[in-house]
Amino acid sequence: MAVARTSVTPGTRYRPVTGRPAIVWALLDAMLLARRSVLRTWREPQLIVFVAIQPVMFVVLFRYVFGGAIQVPGGQYVNYLMPGIFVQTVAFGGVITAIGLAEDMQRGLIDRFRSLPMSSSAVVTGRTVADLVRNLFTVVIMLAVGFLVGFRPGGTIFEFVLAILVLMGISFAFSWISAFIGLLVHTVEAAQSGGFIWLFPLTFASSAFVPVATMPSWLRGFAEHNPITVLADSLRGLFHVNPALTTADTRWALIQSVGWIVAILAVFVPLSVMQYRRSTAR
Amino acid sequence: MKNGYPIQAEGLVKTYGKVRALDGLDLQVEQGTLLALLGPNGAGKTTAVRIFTTLLKPDSGRATVAGYDVTREPDRIKSHIGLAGQSVAIDEYLTGLENLEMIGQLYHLSARDAKRRAFELVAQFDLIDAAGRVAKTYSGGMRRRLDLAASLVAIPPVLFLDEPTTGLDPRSRRQTWEVISALVVQGTTILLTTQYLEEADELANRIAVVDAGRVIAEGTSDELKNRVGGNRIEVAVAKDADLSRAAEVVRRHLSTDVSIDPHQRRVSGPSRDGTSQLAGLVRDFDAAGIAITDLQLHRPSLDDVFLTLTGHQAEQEKAAEPGRGRARRAS
Repeated sequence: MAVARTSVTPGTRYRPVTGRPAIVWALLDAMLLARRSVLRTWREPQLIVFVAIQPVMFVVLFRYVFGGAIQVPGGQYVNYLMPGIFVQTVAFGGVITAIGLAEDMQRGLIDRFRSLPMSSSAVVTGRTVADLVRNLFTVVIMLAVGFLVGFRPGGTIFEFVLAILVLMGISFAFSWISAFIGLLVHTVEAAQSGGFIWLFPLTFASSAFVPVATMPSWLRGFAEHNPITVLADSLRGLFHVNPALTTADTRWALIQSVGWIVAILAVFVPLSVMQYRRSTAR
Repeated sequence: MKNGYPIQAEGLVKTYGKVRALDGLDLQVEQGTLLALLGPNGAGKTTAVRIFTTLLKPDSGRATVAGYDVTREPDRIKSHIGLAGQSVAIDEYLTGLENLEMIGQLYHLSARDAKRRAFELVAQFDLIDAAGRVAKTYSGGMRRRLDLAASLVAIPPVLFLDEPTTGLDPRSRRQTWEVISALVVQGTTILLTTQYLEEADELANRIAVVDAGRVIAEGTSDELKNRVGGNRIEVAVAKDADLSRAAEVVRRHLSTDVSIDPHQRRVSGPSRDGTSQLAGLVRDFDAAGIAITDLQLHRPSLDDVFLTLTGHQAEQEKAAEPGRGRARRAS
């Protein structure tokens, strides 16, 4: 290989841009890294295909296999089911953050990023923002799938937009939990199982698929306050698909949902950034 | 950059549980030189690099890079260094150019400068044809080159290379060495870790031999070799029966103790005068009527140095280092 002998003295050319506040750099760096993750999904769409196929399978399974046996108060099961599926979809979609970060760690990319004069929240923020973009895309697909199997939301445009907003809120929050898991474990395999395992009890012991009232009392306490439940109930209220929910019920579910989103972010954003700062490949 | 050594460590200690990865490491690298940190697996080389590059905090001791303290001013250090770690740290799903551009922008170069620098680097590293392909399609050697290029995006005055040629075929290794040598010529200060003696011999201005978390010897390749002793003369005889007589001839000629290897029918001993003694030795053997099959004068290799200093053999990668690692010690 011919090595070009440039006449460069180290450090003389290419001055970095200066004079921007740290918060601006944090955002710019995060956007740069989010773009990288989105590009990756675009170029290697397998991951998103699997993430999208899974909820479709759940829709088919619950709509046509179990659905006939599940009684929901005052309404069609498909209308009850789809909001639950939406929440489950974004929760599971967040696992890609865990996998991506574990992969970066395994490859030594986290070491490289940590040796750069960049913002230390950017790598994790980039991943979670990319998840958000991906999840929005999956939700659009799921809305279409829902429409095909008979899901018919009511309500105003404002309510619809609000529903999508809280859904994206919980998506973002779950991605940060996932980020923490991904940085804690050191392999992609561990991130994969560790990222999913806690989501199963969380989504099934919730109102996502069946009414909480049918569960034994010891489980009900957990199921009623589970973030998946309050999110699913918020969506049902906003989509006007569950006549059993009063306006007050919906408002209370929304307040709880926002509470969960804020609480999860308040705990897991600093926790993940702290974990990132001390992460290094093995 | 402040005055003093660009890379400096005093009494660095780092423990993982009960394992003392670093046990009082002292190190200085002079401006514009390459120091090779040579040692076996688990000697603490990578831990040292991680402390210098601010990825890890030491338990005790002090380290400065480009004049800044690694624990107190890690952020200042980051804009003065480049790091190429043991694994190839590139994004497989980005193209070569995109990888370099991203790193440039994360160094906070303007988008235009990042792009310009990326083009320069793909040209310098012979990656122009592959620049627009995703890195997943690259060969092992190309990935290494891209990784090394990524560490040079900001033209850092101080560079850390952690086993940069591990897993490379001999040709790619040779290419990487050329790049590294050129960087030193241009004034970059480099700390390079390696398990390969040949690599240290080829590239380093100075070599620090590490074992069990501390530097056990430091100097130029020649200095280290001299510590083990000067040249050695080695002679092989044709017949077993001549061996003890041959040993007597060599002992008299070199006037020192000699070592005898009966299996190889070889006698060897340290030589003070080098080549001039060879001629005399040949005449002596002739006069004594001893038939010899081999006579050589050789400098101690870094293998000898390593064995003498650490008491164990350096790691060898046979396939990657043809012709090295032949057993020639008769003890």
